[in-house]
Amino acid sequence: MPASRPLIPSGLTLLNWFLRGWTALVFVFLYAPIAVLVVFSFNSSRLNIVWESFTFTWYERLAANTPLIRAAKNSLIVATATTILSVVIGTAGAWLLHRYRFRFSRAIQTLVAIPMVMPEILLGISLLIMFVTIGLNLGFASVIIGHVTFSFPFVLVAVQARLQGLDSSLEEAALDLGATPLKAFWLVIVPSLRPAIMAGGLMAFTLSMDELIVTVFVKSAASATLPVKVFDMARVGLNPMLNALSAIFIVATVAFVLFSEYLKKLSR
Amino acid sequence: MLAGTAPAVPVSDHNRPGWKAWALLAPMVLWLILFVVVPGLILLVYSFCERDEIGGVMFTFTWENYARVFDPVYLRIFGRSVWYAALTTAICAVVGYPVAYYIARVPETLRNKLLLLVMVPFWTSFLIRTFAWITILKQEGLLNSLVKAMGAGIGPFDLLYTPTAVVIGLVYAYLPFMILPIYGSAEKLDNSLIEAAYDLGASPVRAFSSVIVPLTMPGIAAGTLLVFVPAIGMFAITDLMGGAKVPMIGNVIQNQFLLARNWPFGAALGVVFMLMFVVTYVILQRRASRSA
Repeated sequence: MPASRPLIPSGLTLLNWFLRGWTALVFVFLYAPIAVLVVFSFNSSRLNIVWESFTFTWYERLAANTPLIRAAKNSLIVATATTILSVVIGTAGAWLLHRYRFRFSRAIQTLVAIPMVMPEILLGISLLIMFVTIGLNLGFASVIIGHVTFSFPFVLVAVQARLQGLDSSLEEAALDLGATPLKAFWLVIVPSLRPAIMAGGLMAFTLSMDELIVTVFVKSAASATLPVKVFDMARVGLNPMLNALSAIFIVATVAFVLFSEYLKKLSR
Repeated sequence: MLAGTAPAVPVSDHNRPGWKAWALLAPMVLWLILFVVVPGLILLVYSFCERDEIGGVMFTFTWENYARVFDPVYLRIFGRSVWYAALTTAICAVVGYPVAYYIARVPETLRNKLLLLVMVPFWTSFLIRTFAWITILKQEGLLNSLVKAMGAGIGPFDLLYTPTAVVIGLVYAYLPFMILPIYGSAEKLDNSLIEAAYDLGASPVRAFSSVIVPLTMPGIAAGTLLVFVPAIGMFAITDLMGGAKVPMIGNVIQNQFLLARNWPFGAALGVVFMLMFVVTYVILQRRASRSA
C-alpha cells in the first residue's frame, strides 16, 4: 500500500461502520412496528395507547368471534385447495417443460411468468369480468381459480430450479431398465424433487393465505377470506383483536420461514 | 443441435414430446389461456362497451371510456400513482442498498442469519404490517402518546391519512422486495474488481458509483420491478394509510368495479394501466437480465 494514500483504508473502515449501523437501523425499522403489534396484543387497554396490564382477553375474544373464525376457515379451505392444485399443475408443468422440447416452449414459459409479475389488481378485475361473462357465480371456485392462477407459477419455478441441478443419468438409467417415462418420473424424479415441491407448496399456501387484492374482486360474501375481513376491520380503525390475530400470523410466518430455509438446505 | 449429448438414447427422439406429454401439459396451458389470456381479452372488449343505467354492460362500441381516462381528473390520479410508486421505489433503493450490500459482504453464517431477518418481513402479510403502522400513526396511536408522555408540548400530530403516511406504508411494505434482489447481485460481485478500483486510486465513493453500482444494476432493476409495478396498482395500503384523501389508480379501478359499478370505464382504466405495466416491465426486464 503506497504511503501517499493512507486515507483509503480508514475510509473503508468508516464505510464498514456506516454499513453496519445502517443495516442495524433498517432492521429496527422493519421489526419495531411488528414488535409493537405483538406486545400490544397483550395489553388490556382497549385503545392500546398506553400499557395497562397483561391480558389474554383479545385472544379469547378472537377465538369467540364467529365471522373471523369463519373467514379463517374459508382461508384454510382456499389455501389447501390452491396448494394441492398448484403443486400438481406446477410440478407437472416444470417437469414436462424441462424434459421435452415442445413447440412453443418459450411462449409457454413466458405465459407462465405473466401471472407472477402482472399487477394483481389487473388479474382481479379481468377474472371478475370473465366469471360474470361465463355466468360462474362468485364463491369458493372463483377464489380458488384466482389463487391457483398466481400461485402455481411459483411452484413451477421452484421445481424447475431444482430440475436444472438434477442428474439426468438417473432418469436414463430407469428408462434403460425398462421403466416407462411416467414411471421413471414417479419413482425417480419426484423423490429427488421432494424438497423443492414442498417448498413450492409452502409458498403457494402462504401466498394464498395472505392474498387480498385478487380475492376482493372474485369473492362472494360467503367465501370472503381472512385478509378480506382483516382489511375491512382495519379500515374502521384500531382493534386489539387485530393485534392478536396479527401476532398469530407473525408467529406462523416465522415458522414458515424457518421451515422453508430447512427445506432449502435439504435440496442442496 | 441436440445430437451427441446422450449417446445411449437418440436425444431428438428422447426429448420429442409424444401425445401423452402434450396431454399432460395441456391442463396447464389451458388454465393459463382460460384464466389469463381470455380474461385479458374480455377486459379489452369491455373497455369499448357502454354502461347502462343500472350498471349493466351494453355491447355497443364506444371510445368514450378512453376519452374519460384522459380527463384531467384521472390523468392527475395516474400521475400521482406513478409519482408515489417512483418515490417509494427510490426510497426503498436508497435505504435498502446498503443493507443488501452489507449482507452480501459478511461471512456466511452471519449472512444466513441476516437473510432470515429479511425473509420474515418479506413473507409477513403486508396487511398486518400496514396495520402495525396504523396503530403507530393514528391520532390516538403510539407515536402521539409517546410525544405526549415526553411532555414536549408539541403535537398531537395528524399523521395518518396523509401522503406521508401512504409513502411510509408503501416503503415499509416493499423494502424487503428491494433488498433481496440487490443482495442477489451484490453477492455475485467479484471482489477483485473493487480491489482493482481501490488500487487504481479510487475513493470509496468513486469505487461505489463507478464500479459497484453498475455491476449490481441487474439487482436494482429487478428490485424496481418488484416494488414499482405493484406499488402503482396497490389500493389496500393507500386506502388504509391515506383514507379517501389520497386516491391512487388502484383505488379508482376498485371503485369502478365494486362501488360505482361502471365496469367499462374500470376496464378502460385497467387497459391503460396494463399498457403502462408492459412498457415498464419490458424496459426494466431488459436492464435486469443484462448480465454485468
